[in-house]
Amino acid sequence: MSVDKPSAHMSHKEVRQQIKLPFSKAVEISLRSIKIRFARSIITAAGIMLGIAFFASVRMSAEFSVIHEKIVHETVAAFQAGKLHHITEDQTRMISSATTDVKAAQQDALAARERLDWLSIMALIVCTVGITNAMLMSVTERYKEIGTMKCLGALDSFIVKLFFIESCLTGFISSVIGFLLGWFIISLVHIFTDGMLAFGAQYWKSSLTLFGLSVLIGTFLTFIATIAPAVRAAQMPPAAALRVEI
Amino acid sequence: MDANEYVVRTKGLVKEYTMGDQTLRALNGVDLDIYRGEYISIMGPSGSGKSTLFNAIGGLDKPTSGSVFINDVDMAQLDAQELAYLRCHTIGYIFQTFNLIPVMTALENVTLPTIFAGMSTDDGIERGMELLKIVGLDQRLHHKPFELSGGQQQRVAIARALANNPSIILADEPTGNLDLKTGQEIIALLKRLNVEQGVTIISATHDLKMLDISDRIVWIRDGRIDKLEERKNIELKMGEMEGEPVH
Repeated sequence: MSVDKPSAHMSHKEVRQQIKLPFSKAVEISLRSIKIRFARSIITAAGIMLGIAFFASVRMSAEFSVIHEKIVHETVAAFQAGKLHHITEDQTRMISSATTDVKAAQQDALAARERLDWLSIMALIVCTVGITNAMLMSVTERYKEIGTMKCLGALDSFIVKLFFIESCLTGFISSVIGFLLGWFIISLVHIFTDGMLAFGAQYWKSSLTLFGLSVLIGTFLTFIATIAPAVRAAQMPPAAALRVEI
Repeated sequence: MDANEYVVRTKGLVKEYTMGDQTLRALNGVDLDIYRGEYISIMGPSGSGKSTLFNAIGGLDKPTSGSVFINDVDMAQLDAQELAYLRCHTIGYIFQTFNLIPVMTALENVTLPTIFAGMSTDDGIERGMELLKIVGLDQRLHHKPFELSGGQQQRVAIARALANNPSIILADEPTGNLDLKTGQEIIALLKRLNVEQGVTIISATHDLKMLDISDRIVWIRDGRIDKLEERKNIELKMGEMEGEPVH
Protein backbone atom coordinates (compact mmCIF):
# COMPACT_ATOMS: atom_id res chain seq x y z
CA MET A 1 0.00 0.00 0.00
CA SER A 2 3.04 2.25 -0.02
CA VAL A 3 2.08 3.29 -3.55
CA ASP A 4 -1.13 4.83 -2.25
CA LYS A 5 0.42 7.50 -0.11
CA PRO A 6 1.91 9.78 -2.76
CA SER A 7 -1.21 9.58 -4.90
CA ALA A 8 -3.41 10.40 -1.90
CA HIS A 9 -1.14 13.30 -1.16
CA MET A 10 -1.34 14.57 -4.71
CA SER A 11 -5.09 14.45 -4.81
CA HIS A 12 -5.02 16.38 -1.55
CA LYS A 13 -3.29 19.26 -3.25
CA GLU A 14 -5.53 19.18 -6.28
CA VAL A 15 -8.60 19.23 -4.06
CA ARG A 16 -7.71 22.52 -2.45
CA GLN A 17 -7.51 24.08 -5.86
CA GLN A 18 -10.39 22.56 -7.64
CA ILE A 19 -13.57 22.10 -5.68
CA LYS A 20 -15.27 25.44 -5.58
CA LEU A 21 -18.46 27.40 -5.91
CA PRO A 22 -17.83 31.02 -6.91
CA PHE A 23 -19.92 33.55 -5.01
CA SER A 24 -21.49 34.94 -8.19
CA LYS A 25 -22.60 31.43 -9.19
CA ALA A 26 -23.99 30.83 -5.72
CA VAL A 27 -25.99 34.07 -5.91
CA GLU A 28 -27.24 33.05 -9.35
CA ILE A 29 -28.39 29.64 -8.14
CA SER A 30 -30.01 31.10 -5.01
CA LEU A 31 -31.85 33.76 -6.99
CA ARG A 32 -33.11 31.18 -9.41
CA SER A 33 -34.16 29.01 -6.54
CA ILE A 34 -36.24 31.84 -5.08
CA LYS A 35 -37.71 32.77 -8.45
CA ILE A 36 -38.70 29.27 -9.53
CA ARG A 37 -40.32 28.46 -6.22
CA PHE A 38 -42.00 31.82 -6.37
CA ALA A 39 -45.35 30.83 -4.87
CA ARG A 40 -43.52 28.97 -2.11
CA SER A 41 -41.15 31.89 -1.58
CA ILE A 42 -44.08 34.30 -1.35
CA ILE A 43 -45.64 32.28 1.46
CA THR A 44 -42.34 32.08 3.30
CA ALA A 45 -41.78 35.78 2.73
CA ALA A 46 -45.33 36.62 3.83
CA GLY A 47 -44.63 35.06 7.22
CA ILE A 48 -41.60 37.27 7.70
CA MET A 49 -43.31 40.28 6.14
CA LEU A 50 -46.36 40.17 8.41
CA GLY A 51 -44.23 39.67 11.49
CA ILE A 52 -42.09 42.67 10.63
CA ALA A 53 -45.15 44.72 9.63
CA PHE A 54 -46.69 44.00 13.03
CA PHE A 55 -43.46 44.91 14.78
CA ALA A 56 -43.01 48.09 12.73
CA SER A 57 -46.58 49.23 13.33
CA VAL A 58 -46.35 48.73 17.07
CA ARG A 59 -43.02 50.52 17.25
CA MET A 60 -44.27 53.33 15.04
CA SER A 61 -47.25 53.91 17.34
CA ALA A 62 -44.81 54.17 20.21
CA GLU A 63 -42.74 56.67 18.23
CA PHE A 64 -45.83 58.76 17.54
CA SER A 65 -46.67 58.96 21.23
CA VAL A 66 -43.12 60.10 21.96
CA ILE A 67 -43.26 62.73 19.23
CA HIS A 68 -46.61 63.95 20.51
CA GLU A 69 -45.44 64.34 24.00
CA LYS A 70 -42.50 66.31 22.74
CA ILE A 71 -44.68 68.60 20.65
CA VAL A 72 -47.04 69.24 23.55
CA HIS A 73 -44.11 69.99 25.78
CA GLU A 74 -42.57 72.43 23.32
CA THR A 75 -45.85 74.16 22.50
CA VAL A 76 -46.78 74.65 26.14
CA ALA A 77 -43.30 75.95 26.91
CA ALA A 78 -43.43 78.34 23.98
CA PHE A 79 -46.90 79.51 24.96
CA GLN A 80 -45.88 80.15 28.54
CA ALA A 81 -42.83 82.05 27.41
CA GLY A 82 -45.13 84.17 25.32
CA LYS A 83 -43.44 83.30 22.07
CA LEU A 84 -46.46 81.63 20.57
CA HIS A 85 -49.22 83.96 19.39
CA HIS A 86 -51.65 81.88 17.53
CA ILE A 87 -52.36 78.22 18.09
CA THR A 88 -53.73 75.95 15.44
CA GLU A 89 -56.76 73.78 15.97
CA ASP A 90 -54.64 70.63 16.09
CA GLN A 91 -52.34 72.09 18.70
CA THR A 92 -55.25 73.23 20.85
CA ARG A 93 -56.80 69.81 20.85
CA MET A 94 -53.52 68.14 21.63
CA ILE A 95 -52.63 70.49 24.45
CA SER A 96 -56.06 70.60 26.01
CA SER A 97 -56.21 66.82 26.13
CA ALA A 98 -52.74 66.72 27.58
CA THR A 99 -52.93 69.49 30.14
CA THR A 100 -56.23 68.98 31.92
CA ASP A 101 -54.43 66.87 34.45
CA VAL A 102 -50.71 66.92 33.79
CA LYS A 103 -49.75 64.20 36.24
CA ALA A 104 -52.45 61.77 35.17
CA ALA A 105 -51.70 62.41 31.55
CA GLN A 106 -48.03 61.68 32.07
CA GLN A 107 -48.84 58.47 33.88
CA ASP A 108 -51.19 57.48 31.09
CA ALA A 109 -48.55 58.07 28.47
CA LEU A 110 -46.04 56.05 30.45
CA ALA A 111 -48.45 53.14 30.84
CA ALA A 112 -49.30 53.30 27.15
CA ARG A 113 -45.66 53.21 26.19
CA GLU A 114 -45.04 50.24 28.47
CA ARG A 115 -47.93 48.41 26.85
CA LEU A 116 -46.50 49.15 23.43
CA ASP A 117 -43.09 47.87 24.48
CA TRP A 118 -44.68 44.63 25.56
CA LEU A 119 -46.56 44.45 22.31
CA SER A 120 -43.32 44.93 20.38
CA ILE A 121 -41.72 42.05 22.23
CA MET A 122 -44.76 39.90 21.55
CA ALA A 123 -44.61 40.91 17.90
CA LEU A 124 -40.99 39.84 17.73
CA ILE A 125 -41.73 36.48 19.32
CA VAL A 126 -44.58 35.83 16.89
CA CYS A 127 -42.28 36.93 14.09
CA THR A 128 -39.49 34.55 15.19
CA VAL A 129 -41.80 31.55 15.44
CA GLY A 130 -43.32 32.29 12.04
CA ILE A 131 -39.98 32.70 10.32
CA THR A 132 -38.45 29.62 11.96
CA ASN A 133 -41.41 27.54 10.89
CA ALA A 134 -41.30 28.75 7.30
CA MET A 135 -37.55 28.37 6.87
CA LEU A 136 -37.37 24.99 8.62
CA MET A 137 -39.95 23.72 6.17
CA SER A 138 -38.13 25.16 3.18
CA VAL A 139 -34.90 23.40 4.18
CA THR A 140 -36.59 20.11 5.04
CA GLU A 141 -38.39 19.86 1.72
CA ARG A 142 -35.05 20.17 -0.02
CA TYR A 143 -33.11 17.40 1.74
CA LYS A 144 -33.07 15.40 -1.46
CA GLU A 145 -31.68 18.31 -3.43
CA ILE A 146 -28.99 18.78 -0.79
CA GLY A 147 -28.06 15.08 -0.96
CA THR A 148 -27.92 15.25 -4.76
CA MET A 149 -25.68 18.29 -4.74
CA LYS A 150 -23.30 16.51 -2.38
CA CYS A 151 -23.20 13.56 -4.77
CA LEU A 152 -22.15 15.97 -7.51
CA GLY A 153 -19.22 17.10 -5.42
CA ALA A 154 -20.63 19.96 -3.35
CA LEU A 155 -18.90 20.60 -0.04
CA ASP A 156 -20.98 21.14 3.08
CA SER A 157 -19.99 24.78 2.89
CA PHE A 158 -21.54 25.17 -0.60
CA ILE A 159 -24.90 24.07 0.72
CA VAL A 160 -24.64 26.43 3.67
CA LYS A 161 -23.54 29.22 1.33
CA LEU A 162 -26.54 28.72 -0.94
CA PHE A 163 -28.98 28.77 1.96
CA PHE A 164 -27.17 31.71 3.52
CA ILE A 165 -27.60 33.85 0.40
CA GLU A 166 -31.15 32.70 -0.12
CA SER A 167 -32.20 33.39 3.46
CA CYS A 168 -30.53 36.79 3.57
CA LEU A 169 -32.20 37.83 0.32
CA THR A 170 -35.62 36.55 1.38
CA GLY A 171 -35.23 38.07 4.84
CA PHE A 172 -34.09 41.42 3.51
CA ILE A 173 -36.74 41.85 0.85
CA SER A 174 -39.59 40.68 3.09
CA SER A 175 -38.45 42.91 5.93
CA VAL A 176 -38.34 45.98 3.69
CA ILE A 177 -41.84 45.29 2.38
CA GLY A 178 -43.07 44.39 5.87
CA PHE A 179 -41.71 47.59 7.33
CA LEU A 180 -43.20 49.74 4.58
CA LEU A 181 -46.56 48.06 5.09
CA GLY A 182 -46.69 48.52 8.87
CA TRP A 183 -45.19 51.98 8.78
CA PHE A 184 -47.46 53.25 6.02
CA ILE A 185 -50.68 51.99 7.60
CA ILE A 186 -49.87 53.41 11.02
CA SER A 187 -48.82 56.75 9.52
CA LEU A 188 -52.01 56.89 7.48
CA VAL A 189 -54.15 56.11 10.53
CA HIS A 190 -52.28 58.82 12.41
CA ILE A 191 -53.01 61.43 9.76
CA PHE A 192 -56.71 60.74 10.07
CA THR A 193 -56.82 60.81 13.85
CA ASP A 194 -54.30 63.49 14.79
CA GLY A 195 -53.54 65.52 11.69
CA MET A 196 -50.25 66.34 10.11
CA LEU A 197 -48.57 67.91 13.11
CA ALA A 198 -46.31 65.02 14.01
CA PHE A 199 -44.77 64.71 10.55
CA GLY A 200 -41.63 66.75 11.09
CA ALA A 201 -37.93 66.02 11.19
CA GLN A 202 -38.38 63.91 14.29
CA TYR A 203 -40.88 61.70 12.48
CA TRP A 204 -38.56 61.01 9.57
CA LYS A 205 -35.66 60.38 11.88
CA SER A 206 -37.63 57.84 13.91
CA SER A 207 -38.93 56.22 10.74
CA LEU A 208 -35.44 55.79 9.37
CA THR A 209 -34.15 54.31 12.63
CA LEU A 210 -37.10 51.96 12.78
CA PHE A 211 -36.56 50.98 9.16
CA GLY A 212 -32.97 50.00 9.89
CA LEU A 213 -34.00 48.11 13.02
CA SER A 214 -36.83 46.22 11.29
CA VAL A 215 -34.70 45.17 8.34
CA LEU A 216 -31.86 44.14 10.61
CA ILE A 217 -34.11 42.09 12.86
CA GLY A 218 -36.01 40.51 9.96
CA THR A 219 -32.90 39.54 8.03
CA PHE A 220 -31.11 38.29 11.11
CA LEU A 221 -34.03 36.18 12.31
CA THR A 222 -34.48 34.65 8.84
CA PHE A 223 -30.79 33.91 8.65
CA ILE A 224 -30.70 32.27 12.09
CA ALA A 225 -33.84 30.25 11.39
CA THR A 226 -32.40 28.94 8.11
CA ILE A 227 -28.80 28.34 8.91
CA ALA A 228 -29.26 25.87 11.77
CA PRO A 229 -31.35 23.36 9.76
CA ALA A 230 -29.23 23.98 6.65
CA VAL A 231 -25.99 23.17 8.48
CA ARG A 232 -27.57 20.05 9.91
CA ALA A 233 -28.77 18.96 6.48
CA ALA A 234 -25.38 19.71 4.90
CA GLN A 235 -23.57 17.58 7.47
CA MET A 236 -25.72 14.51 6.87
CA PRO A 237 -24.09 11.77 4.80
CA PRO A 238 -25.54 12.07 1.27
CA ALA A 239 -27.14 8.64 1.54
CA ALA A 240 -29.12 9.75 4.59
CA ALA A 241 -30.17 13.03 2.97
CA LEU A 242 -31.34 11.20 -0.14
CA ARG A 243 -33.37 8.74 1.90
CA VAL A 244 -35.46 11.43 3.57
CA GLU A 245 -39.03 11.37 2.32
CA ILE A 246 -41.44 14.14 3.15
CA MET B 1 -0.40 -6.96 -9.57
CA ASP B 2 -1.04 -3.98 -11.80
CA ALA B 3 -2.31 -1.14 -9.65
CA ASN B 4 -4.58 -0.01 -12.45
CA GLU B 5 -6.34 -3.29 -12.91
CA TYR B 6 -8.98 -2.66 -10.26
CA VAL B 7 -10.95 0.53 -10.06
CA VAL B 8 -12.88 -0.44 -6.94
CA ARG B 9 -12.00 -2.93 -4.23
CA THR B 10 -13.88 -3.62 -1.04
CA LYS B 11 -12.45 -5.55 1.88
CA GLY B 12 -14.59 -7.07 4.60
CA LEU B 13 -17.27 -4.45 4.20
CA VAL B 14 -19.76 -4.40 7.08
CA LYS B 15 -22.60 -1.96 7.57
CA GLU B 16 -24.87 -2.07 10.58
CA TYR B 17 -27.97 0.00 11.14
CA THR B 18 -29.26 0.53 14.63
CA MET B 19 -33.01 0.67 14.93
CA GLY B 20 -33.99 1.23 18.54
CA ASP B 21 -32.19 -1.51 20.46
CA GLN B 22 -31.95 -3.80 17.43
CA THR B 23 -28.92 -3.94 15.22
CA LEU B 24 -29.48 -4.82 11.60
CA ARG B 25 -26.53 -6.02 9.58
CA ALA B 26 -27.16 -4.83 6.00
CA LEU B 27 -23.71 -5.82 4.78
CA ASN B 28 -21.92 -8.73 6.33
CA GLY B 29 -18.37 -8.89 5.03
CA VAL B 30 -18.31 -8.07 1.33
CA ASP B 31 -15.08 -8.55 -0.62
CA LEU B 32 -15.45 -7.38 -4.17
CA ASP B 33 -12.91 -6.40 -6.82
CA ILE B 34 -14.15 -4.50 -9.83
CA TYR B 35 -12.03 -4.27 -12.96
CA ARG B 36 -11.42 -1.05 -14.78
CA GLY B 37 -13.79 -0.66 -17.71
CA GLU B 38 -16.17 -3.47 -16.90
CA TYR B 39 -19.94 -3.39 -16.68
CA ILE B 40 -20.89 -5.05 -13.45
CA SER B 41 -24.38 -5.56 -12.12
CA ILE B 42 -25.17 -6.04 -8.47
CA MET B 43 -28.31 -8.14 -8.36
CA GLY B 44 -30.42 -9.19 -5.46
CA PRO B 45 -33.90 -8.98 -3.97
CA SER B 46 -34.86 -5.78 -2.14
CA GLY B 47 -33.45 -5.70 1.35
CA SER B 48 -30.48 -7.80 0.30
CA GLY B 49 -28.07 -4.95 0.92
CA LYS B 50 -27.34 -3.90 -2.64
CA SER B 51 -28.26 -0.27 -2.09
CA THR B 52 -26.13 -0.25 1.04
CA LEU B 53 -23.23 -1.63 -0.99
CA PHE B 54 -23.89 1.02 -3.64
CA ASN B 55 -23.78 3.76 -0.98
CA ALA B 56 -20.58 2.40 0.54
CA ILE B 57 -18.80 2.17 -2.83
CA GLY B 58 -19.97 5.65 -3.76
CA GLY B 59 -18.80 7.18 -0.51
CA LEU B 60 -22.34 8.27 0.27
CA ASP B 61 -22.35 6.49 3.61
CA LYS B 62 -19.60 5.28 5.92
CA PRO B 63 -19.30 1.53 6.44
CA THR B 64 -19.27 0.28 10.04
CA SER B 65 -16.08 -1.63 9.34
CA GLY B 66 -14.02 -2.80 6.39
CA SER B 67 -12.74 -0.58 3.64
CA VAL B 68 -13.42 0.62 0.13
CA PHE B 69 -10.55 1.44 -2.22
CA ILE B 70 -11.21 3.65 -5.22
CA ASN B 71 -8.23 3.68 -7.58
CA ASP B 72 -6.25 2.15 -4.70
CA VAL B 73 -7.05 5.03 -2.34
CA ASP B 74 -8.73 4.03 0.93
CA MET B 75 -11.88 6.08 1.15
CA ALA B 76 -11.85 6.05 4.95
CA GLN B 77 -8.60 8.07 4.85
CA LEU B 78 -10.14 10.93 2.89
CA ASP B 79 -11.29 14.14 4.54
CA ALA B 80 -14.46 16.00 3.54
CA GLN B 81 -12.73 17.99 0.79
CA GLU B 82 -11.12 14.93 -0.76
CA LEU B 83 -14.35 13.00 -0.57
CA ALA B 84 -16.16 15.83 -2.34
CA TYR B 85 -13.41 15.87 -4.95
CA LEU B 86 -13.84 12.13 -5.46
CA ARG B 87 -17.60 12.49 -5.85
CA CYS B 88 -17.12 15.38 -8.23
CA HIS B 89 -14.41 13.95 -10.50
CA THR B 90 -14.13 10.21 -10.12
CA ILE B 91 -17.67 8.93 -9.61
CA GLY B 92 -20.88 9.73 -11.46
CA TYR B 93 -24.14 8.79 -9.76
CA ILE B 94 -27.42 7.73 -11.30
CA PHE B 95 -30.47 7.11 -9.14
CA GLN B 96 -33.74 5.30 -9.45
CA THR B 97 -35.63 8.53 -8.82
CA PHE B 98 -33.38 10.54 -11.22
CA ASN B 99 -32.74 13.21 -8.53
CA LEU B 100 -32.44 16.13 -10.90
CA ILE B 101 -32.49 19.55 -9.27
CA PRO B 102 -36.11 20.55 -9.96
CA VAL B 103 -35.46 24.29 -10.29
CA MET B 104 -32.82 23.88 -12.99
CA THR B 105 -33.13 23.16 -16.69
CA ALA B 106 -31.64 20.03 -18.26
CA LEU B 107 -28.58 21.96 -19.33
CA GLU B 108 -28.13 23.62 -15.93
CA ASN B 109 -28.40 20.25 -14.22
CA VAL B 110 -25.65 18.85 -16.42
CA THR B 111 -23.52 21.97 -15.98
CA LEU B 112 -23.72 22.01 -12.16
CA PRO B 113 -20.92 19.46 -11.55
CA THR B 114 -18.65 21.38 -13.93
CA ILE B 115 -19.16 24.52 -11.81
CA PHE B 116 -18.05 22.59 -8.71
CA ALA B 117 -15.08 21.31 -10.70
CA GLY B 118 -14.03 24.88 -11.40
CA MET B 119 -14.76 24.86 -15.13
CA SER B 120 -15.59 28.23 -16.68
CA THR B 121 -19.24 28.91 -17.51
CA ASP B 122 -18.66 28.78 -21.27
CA ASP B 123 -16.71 25.54 -21.13
CA GLY B 124 -19.32 24.05 -18.82
CA ILE B 125 -22.17 24.94 -21.17
CA GLU B 126 -20.27 23.56 -24.13
CA ARG B 127 -19.59 20.34 -22.23
CA GLY B 128 -23.24 20.14 -21.14
CA MET B 129 -24.54 20.53 -24.69
CA GLU B 130 -22.11 17.93 -25.95
CA LEU B 131 -23.24 15.45 -23.29
CA LEU B 132 -26.93 16.09 -23.85
CA LYS B 133 -26.32 15.42 -27.51
CA ILE B 134 -24.66 12.11 -26.65
CA VAL B 135 -27.73 11.04 -24.66
CA GLY B 136 -30.00 12.29 -27.45
CA LEU B 137 -31.55 15.29 -25.69
CA ASP B 138 -30.05 18.17 -27.64
CA GLN B 139 -33.59 19.35 -28.42
CA ARG B 140 -34.51 19.58 -24.73
CA LEU B 141 -31.72 21.73 -23.34
CA HIS B 142 -33.89 24.32 -21.65
CA HIS B 143 -36.66 22.11 -20.31
CA LYS B 144 -37.20 21.71 -16.60
CA PRO B 145 -37.23 18.16 -15.19
CA PHE B 146 -41.03 18.21 -14.73
CA GLU B 147 -41.39 18.97 -18.44
CA LEU B 148 -39.50 15.79 -19.35
CA SER B 149 -40.61 12.16 -19.34
CA GLY B 150 -39.06 9.66 -16.94
CA GLY B 151 -36.76 8.27 -19.60
CA GLN B 152 -35.66 11.75 -20.63
CA GLN B 153 -35.00 12.70 -17.00
CA GLN B 154 -32.85 9.63 -16.59
CA ARG B 155 -30.92 10.61 -19.73
CA VAL B 156 -30.27 14.03 -18.24
CA ALA B 157 -29.10 12.30 -15.06
CA ILE B 158 -26.74 10.12 -17.10
CA ALA B 159 -25.36 13.17 -18.92
CA ARG B 160 -24.89 14.87 -15.54
CA ALA B 161 -23.08 11.82 -14.17
CA LEU B 162 -20.64 12.06 -17.08
CA ALA B 163 -20.02 15.79 -16.71
CA ASN B 164 -16.54 15.60 -15.22
CA ASN B 165 -15.34 12.51 -17.09
CA PRO B 166 -15.62 10.10 -14.15
CA SER B 167 -13.90 6.74 -14.28
CA ILE B 168 -16.85 5.09 -12.53
CA ILE B 169 -20.58 5.39 -13.00
CA LEU B 170 -22.64 4.12 -10.09
CA ALA B 171 -26.22 3.44 -10.99
CA ASP B 172 -28.76 2.53 -8.30
CA GLU B 173 -31.72 0.83 -9.97
CA PRO B 174 -31.49 3.11 -13.02
CA THR B 175 -34.47 1.43 -14.69
CA GLY B 176 -36.54 0.96 -11.54
CA ASN B 177 -38.97 3.81 -12.30
CA LEU B 178 -39.16 3.30 -16.05
CA ASP B 179 -41.36 1.18 -18.29
CA LEU B 180 -39.92 -1.79 -20.12
CA LYS B 181 -39.05 -0.07 -23.38
CA THR B 182 -37.59 3.07 -21.82
CA GLY B 183 -35.67 0.89 -19.41
CA GLN B 184 -34.16 -0.99 -22.31
CA GLU B 185 -33.14 2.26 -23.97
CA ILE B 186 -31.43 3.44 -20.80
CA ILE B 187 -29.61 0.12 -20.44
CA ALA B 188 -28.48 0.33 -24.06
CA LEU B 189 -27.25 3.88 -23.48
CA LEU B 190 -25.26 2.81 -20.41
CA LYS B 191 -23.72 -0.05 -22.35
CA ARG B 192 -22.83 2.27 -25.21
CA LEU B 193 -21.07 4.67 -22.82
CA ASN B 194 -19.30 1.72 -21.25
CA VAL B 195 -17.98 0.59 -24.62
CA GLU B 196 -17.35 3.98 -26.24
CA GLN B 197 -16.02 5.97 -23.29
CA GLY B 198 -14.50 3.10 -21.36
CA VAL B 199 -16.23 4.14 -18.16
CA THR B 200 -16.68 1.46 -15.52
CA ILE B 201 -20.36 0.94 -14.79
CA ILE B 202 -21.52 -0.47 -11.49
CA SER B 203 -25.23 -0.91 -11.35
CA ALA B 204 -27.38 -2.11 -8.48
CA THR B 205 -30.52 -3.58 -9.98
CA HIS B 206 -33.06 -6.31 -9.96
CA ASP B 207 -33.88 -5.75 -13.60
CA LEU B 208 -33.06 -8.98 -15.43
CA LYS B 209 -32.64 -7.09 -18.71
CA MET B 210 -29.34 -5.94 -17.27
CA LEU B 211 -27.99 -9.48 -17.38
CA ASP B 212 -27.61 -9.45 -21.15
CA ILE B 213 -25.12 -6.66 -21.25
CA SER B 214 -23.24 -7.04 -17.96
CA ASP B 215 -19.73 -8.41 -18.02
CA ARG B 216 -20.17 -9.80 -14.55
CA ILE B 217 -23.06 -10.20 -12.18
CA VAL B 218 -22.74 -10.14 -8.41
CA TRP B 219 -25.61 -11.78 -6.59
CA ILE B 220 -26.15 -10.35 -3.14
CA ARG B 221 -28.19 -12.12 -0.51
CA ASP B 222 -28.50 -11.24 3.17
CA GLY B 223 -25.61 -8.81 3.02
CA ARG B 224 -23.15 -11.26 1.50
CA ILE B 225 -21.98 -12.09 -1.99
CA ASP B 226 -23.98 -15.13 -2.90
CA LYS B 227 -22.21 -15.77 -6.17
CA LEU B 228 -20.26 -13.99 -8.84
CA GLU B 229 -20.89 -14.92 -12.40
CA GLU B 230 -19.40 -14.05 -15.77
CA ARG B 231 -21.86 -13.29 -18.50
CA LYS B 232 -20.75 -16.14 -20.75
CA ASN B 233 -21.72 -18.66 -18.08
CA ILE B 234 -25.05 -16.92 -17.52
CA GLU B 235 -25.97 -16.97 -21.17
CA LEU B 236 -25.71 -20.73 -21.22
CA LYS B 237 -28.10 -21.01 -18.33
CA MET B 238 -30.56 -18.30 -19.31
CA GLY B 239 -32.67 -20.67 -21.33
CA GLU B 240 -33.24 -23.09 -18.52
CA MET B 241 -34.02 -20.73 -15.66
CA GLU B 242 -36.61 -18.04 -15.58
CA GLY B 243 -36.02 -15.06 -13.35
CA GLU B 244 -34.71 -15.71 -9.90
CA PRO B 245 -31.34 -17.40 -9.48
CA VAL B 246 -31.16 -20.87 -8.04
CA HIS B 247 -28.21 -22.20 -6.13
